[in-house]
Amino acid sequence: MVRDARKGALLTMRGNIEHDRTSMNHDTYSDDYIRGILNSVKVIAMVGASPVDARPSYFAFKYLVQRGYDMIPVNPGHVGKTLLGRPFVASLGDIGRPFDMIDIFRSSAHIMPVVDEALTTAPLPKVIWMQLGARDDAAAAKAEAAGIKVVMNRCPKIEYGRLSSEISWMGVNSRTISAKRAPIPTQGMRLSLNRTSLGGAATTAADRAAKNKTESS
Amino acid sequence: MTDRLPGFSTLAVHAGAQPDPTTGARATPIYQTTSFVFNDADHAASLFGLQAFGNIYTRIGNPTNAVLEERVAALEGGTAALVVASGHAAQVVVLQQLLKPGDEFIAARKLYGGSINQFTHAFKSFGWNVVWADTDDIGSFERAVTPHTKAIFTESIANPGGTVTDIEAIAAVARKAGVPLIVDNTLATPYLIRPIDHGADIVVHSLTKFLGGHGNSIGGVIVDAGTFDWSRDNKYPMLSEPRPEYHGIKIHETFGNFAFAIACRVLGLRDLGPALSPFNAFMILTGIETLPLRMQKHCDNAKAVAEYLAGHPAVASVNYAGLEGDKYHSVARKYCPKGAGAVFTFSLKGGFDAGVKLVSNLKLFSHLANVGDTRSLVIHPASTTHSQLDDAAKVKAGAGPDIVRLSIGIEDKEDLIADLEQALA
Ligand SMILES: Cc1ncc(COP(=O)(O)O)c(C=O)c1O
Repeated sequence: MVRDARKGALLTMRGNIEHDRTSMNHDTYSDDYIRGILNSVKVIAMVGASPVDARPSYFAFKYLVQRGYDMIPVNPGHVGKTLLGRPFVASLGDIGRPFDMIDIFRSSAHIMPVVDEALTTAPLPKVIWMQLGARDDAAAAKAEAAGIKVVMNRCPKIEYGRLSSEISWMGVNSRTISAKRAPIPTQGMRLSLNRTSLGGAATTAADRAAKNKTESS
Repeated sequence: MTDRLPGFSTLAVHAGAQPDPTTGARATPIYQTTSFVFNDADHAASLFGLQAFGNIYTRIGNPTNAVLEERVAALEGGTAALVVASGHAAQVVVLQQLLKPGDEFIAARKLYGGSINQFTHAFKSFGWNVVWADTDDIGSFERAVTPHTKAIFTESIANPGGTVTDIEAIAAVARKAGVPLIVDNTLATPYLIRPIDHGADIVVHSLTKFLGGHGNSIGGVIVDAGTFDWSRDNKYPMLSEPRPEYHGIKIHETFGNFAFAIACRVLGLRDLGPALSPFNAFMILTGIETLPLRMQKHCDNAKAVAEYLAGHPAVASVNYAGLEGDKYHSVARKYCPKGAGAVFTFSLKGGFDAGVKLVSNLKLFSHLANVGDTRSLVIHPASTTHSQLDDAAKVKAGAGPDIVRLSIGIEDKEDLIADLEQALA
């Protein structure tokens, strides 16, 4: 009751930001969903990882290494080289050990073959994550049918920084609050992601942003 | 467990802040330092290359300022924010990301006089050409759009006229033109109006006014709504093209829906330099904690004073959207049902001389060039804030010679009315 009344009040104040949903909605994700993934995966294969230090994939790879994830760079164009000391492999099949998550740094048009390949690996990964700007709903449905969790059009670095509030150094709205004293972050340390969330991984304007994007293309 | 949504007052107190990791200090510490030690060479390189989150140098970012940034972003419903040294600095930094010499932006004619000056003269010297439009005629915005238009700028509640803007109508023009809508939300604050909910892509504030609220610190802020697609075409190369100063990084591609705030920080603030002092950030943060309480009192007092003046025989007219029958009353009821703000103008039957006399007779109202203080303020715009405009432009900006502007404080309204009563006698 209390919660309903509060929701009513907030809806007038902030617009339609809360989506009660039963099926997976890939426009917005709850913080719990993202937090659950980032807290449980350990080994991440990054498909499309680039050794060029101005590329977003390089940023994300380095950040996730620093936060203690076991990162594997996957890119057939760079086999024989290493990324921050980790050897590139040509494909998921060449990894040769189990991995928990695939982070795909490819555009939407190149997602499906990666998902198809992922579905042939054993054991299956627990999560397939597509980078900011990348989304393929058919590929997502296929992966979900195999019991794999999917995140699309998000960056794990940004989400980790947001949920830990580390990203707040950059003036970013973490959309979380906490009255607890946080530990001092040090190199390679995993940060607590268990802050109080303010209504999921979306802002009021997120739906409009998504709409702007589809309408313009 | 579902995510729970704290309300506006909770965010005003908590957003962005948490107990200090090192000392446990509960109030946000003032990190009065120019620079921050790196862990090692790689950490330094990562920070400079925008690869890690962290602090380098207070011109680019500071932990006290970051709390203020996140707080305002949360209150406005934006993805990120950047604080700068003043409201005017916010406007320069925003437009620097959007315009190249020879480009145009459309601005509502009813604006703070200082903004009219900044746009007309200072920005002209940068080759950024302002094209004026009229808030009361949405068609004038549409007609002003050309292939060189890069942005539309308006105030939510305009200073000094008490005009409430139909933000959604102007947002529709901006959307059609494929340019971002910038709203100066200084006089409304997010307590009264959240422009992003009505279609704004960028919100700016002079923090100097109601957000800080105590007349003690100058500051400004830029809020990124995260709504604009900067890479749709090549209109906004600062965001969509590789940046040579950062080894070819594309800001929008790398930072997604908070790219505009990052561009303002790493291309604007870093190079233009108008950094906010952490001490000012602390003062403004403390002010924001009581924003909902203060703003309601400001509005309630303003309505009582406006009603009193409207019934006074020496007063020709009162321009306050909170009054029934006011031209902007219905727009105000839609956009700011909690109150129409606390800055408004009125005109005296006795004209210019009566205005000057009133200002000198008042004992509780302070005669000064600011708004949004706890104290009630009065000014005669035609001879001060708007004095650089010619007579026609003064009238168009809502600052004709017979006009007096009030900024109503949070004193007891009976005392404010009594002071006006004796000064008008
Ligand atoms: C609506 C509005 N915008 C911008 C400004 C400029 O802000 P600042 O004085 O902080 O530079 C003011 C100042 O009066 C203002 O009233």
